[in-house]
Amino acid sequence: MVQFSLPKNSKVVEGKYFKDKTNGKTLKKVKIYRWSPESNENPRLDTYEVNMDECGPMVLDVLIKIKNEIDSTVTFRRSCREGVCGSCAMNIDGTNTLACTKSAKDIVGEIKIYPLPHMQVVKDLVPDLNKLYKQYQSIEPWLQVEAKNDKVDKHEIYQSKKDREKLDGLYECILCACCSTSCPSYWWNGEKYLGPAVLLQAYRWIIDSRDEEREKRLKKVADELKLFRCHTIMNCTNSCPKGLNPAKAIGSIKKMLTQYSKNL
Amino acid sequence: MSSYPIIEHEYDVIVVGAGGSGLRAAVGLAEAGLKTACISKVFPTRSHTAAAQGGISAALGNMSEDDWRWHMYDTVKGADWLGDQDAIEYLCKEAPRAVIELEKYGVPFSRTEEGKIYQRPFGGMTANYGNGIAQRTCAAADRTGHAILHTLYGQALKRNTEFFIEYFALDLIMENGKCYGVTAWNLQDGTIHRFRSHITILATGGYGRAYFSATSAHTCTGDGNAMVLRAGLPLQDMEFVQFHPTGIYGAGCLITEGSRGEGGFLVNSEGERFMERYAPHAKDLASRDVVSRSMTIEINQGRGVGKQKDHIYLHLNHLDPKVLHERLPGISESAKIFAGVDVTKEPIPVVPTVHYNMGGIPTNYYGEVISKSENNKDVIVPGLMAVGEAACVSVHGANRLGSNSLIDLVVFGRAAAMRAAELVKPNSKHEKISENDTQKSLSRFDKLRNANGSTSTAKLRDQMQRTMQSKCAVFRDEKILKQGLADIKKPWQGIEDIVVKDKSLIFNTDLVETLEFDNLIRQAMVTMASAENRKESRGAHSREDFKERDDEKWMKHTLAWQDGEKVKIDYRNVHNFTLSNEVQYFPPKARVY
Repeated sequence: MVQFSLPKNSKVVEGKYFKDKTNGKTLKKVKIYRWSPESNENPRLDTYEVNMDECGPMVLDVLIKIKNEIDSTVTFRRSCREGVCGSCAMNIDGTNTLACTKSAKDIVGEIKIYPLPHMQVVKDLVPDLNKLYKQYQSIEPWLQVEAKNDKVDKHEIYQSKKDREKLDGLYECILCACCSTSCPSYWWNGEKYLGPAVLLQAYRWIIDSRDEEREKRLKKVADELKLFRCHTIMNCTNSCPKGLNPAKAIGSIKKMLTQYSKNL
Repeated sequence: MSSYPIIEHEYDVIVVGAGGSGLRAAVGLAEAGLKTACISKVFPTRSHTAAAQGGISAALGNMSEDDWRWHMYDTVKGADWLGDQDAIEYLCKEAPRAVIELEKYGVPFSRTEEGKIYQRPFGGMTANYGNGIAQRTCAAADRTGHAILHTLYGQALKRNTEFFIEYFALDLIMENGKCYGVTAWNLQDGTIHRFRSHITILATGGYGRAYFSATSAHTCTGDGNAMVLRAGLPLQDMEFVQFHPTGIYGAGCLITEGSRGEGGFLVNSEGERFMERYAPHAKDLASRDVVSRSMTIEINQGRGVGKQKDHIYLHLNHLDPKVLHERLPGISESAKIFAGVDVTKEPIPVVPTVHYNMGGIPTNYYGEVISKSENNKDVIVPGLMAVGEAACVSVHGANRLGSNSLIDLVVFGRAAAMRAAELVKPNSKHEKISENDTQKSLSRFDKLRNANGSTSTAKLRDQMQRTMQSKCAVFRDEKILKQGLADIKKPWQGIEDIVVKDKSLIFNTDLVETLEFDNLIRQAMVTMASAENRKESRGAHSREDFKERDDEKWMKHTLAWQDGEKVKIDYRNVHNFTLSNEVQYFPPKARVY
């Protein structure tokens, strides 16, 4: 029988245990994935006891408290702490979400924190998102209008309220990558399948009434791998921390393709 | 010291920072055919421009009659006559064109029934020189900054801008008073880089995180400002720190002024709309310094709300839920998440929270950095420019009006790119320079990386933030500021005993935070010293011991140099002239709203 084995050093082992030193009454156990590219050690799960009576409400507050008071080597991205920059996307309690808007108290028992799944890890909770960023660039995320329509410099391009409404639920995307990294199709075919985050953005430009390259854009994504690897698993929509619906956007692209298929 | 191999780069221009102003500059530089690198410590769409909510000001006149001169008057008055009127004229005159440009770039602005860009009222924005309310602030719901930032990133991609993402800029490389580029540390692979350039544009944002409670992101540490201080150059008007009236109580997250623009109002524990007393005309839409002071007075006089009577209520629950849904969806969500409040039913607990730095790197309206020569004259620092919140042009003077910062980013981002295009010929040769500044920068980096003391960065940062919060707040006086001057030296001296536990080079955020603290503490010291020095009240700088504005003695910009724990102070004249004959200088008068 063929034996399959994981590459060396890929097994996550039990790590260090940091006991609370503040005599806290309400302690929460927080398990954090740790891995450094500069050591040869296996990835590990370190456990921290956190005094929740002296901690802010969100998982990001917990992480910052750990970094400030217990272990300054814990590594994660964070910036706005209000759910608009998308830096602190990670896998918390089994779900991809933003640490800054995820309530720690809502999590029953210990809090387990891993980096976004199926991405290369740079260090600890920091994933490498460069591939996703390149895919984002590939859908040409900028308004395309012909220069001749552009010449009246004094006025904006008019857009009806109804047409503008079509961008709601799309333009709010913060590129946190929670959706794409929760998608099994993206896990297996991430090199070629664009994934929910990028397809949602693609649709944002396809549906913008001001854009004049709808057909070109549709043609670009109308591909067995780029688009049709979406099998409506819906993990994307379930995980979006902004309440957006990438699955629906992908469905809308597929629907439009049937309408436009004659011309493509 | 460990030896660090240096990876060399040569560009015509480098931009440090990839928020609104950095990206707009990068777009303009690419259009001018200059070889440009944009260096940022975060991926561009993570920049703090994303958090701007309410809108971007421009006298488009889509909703009511408007004139850029009225916008200019409001900005001069909002700035409490500390703004340079030539620069303000440039800003307001260029604003409509800049917003139309953004729309054509693809920003999903909200719309009027006719399909034009939707504009809302904002604090201090008036019609006809203070005689009425103007609807001047262009909005994409309450996510205008997010929409603009993502759009500008797209435009930069369209022009194939070379990005160096998650590179932390360390220091300016200066020689004989001229800037030759920067040193930087690549977080993703731990390498050290030297970027040579003919012009370096700092677009590094504000330093809100010098304070304990700020709407600013964790990454708002004013790295460019600190690089300028370390290069022996001054920062300007650092005493002017804007407190936003409506940060969520506790969390500090921003609730846009647009919420009051759409009809929201503030209420004290007696259920009174107290702003009617402080600003009979503008009421809740007076400028931010006025509203923040009024709220603080209400709280200090025992009329705050909540258990500790230490905050104020912002009511939106009387507004049509449809309006909330369409125009204020983002803050409705924030209020739910961070205050547990359903805005259609309950008021939001808010408190004045540090939000914006009017002060920064002194520049002219082209973005060129200014210093002062020995014979007391303004001199341009060759090779160095600054834009955005990092810069002090100065268009915001002593107090910035809401929605004037987003317009500042794009107008001066573009202006800086145009100026650079005039000054630099594409692909011109780089002069040979000495290794001195590079080595100095690396030894600072290495010293902090290997710091083995006993005090954590977090502890020193906390000490600094609490000192700034308690000693350099909305109201100031001599006694408190003197104490602040003494207290703020402690975290500075504390660096001698700092410890960085993570010694690695790849994504070492322990070291990043330490470098950021080193940046913040310098700005904190300069801010405190400038505040102690200015003996009058003007805009956001409110002294209980000098309650009046004193134009005779103090209508001048503060310049502050940092040398160790000493801060040297000097002054620059406020530009009391305009750029053209299309508008007259607005002479100072009493500032009432």
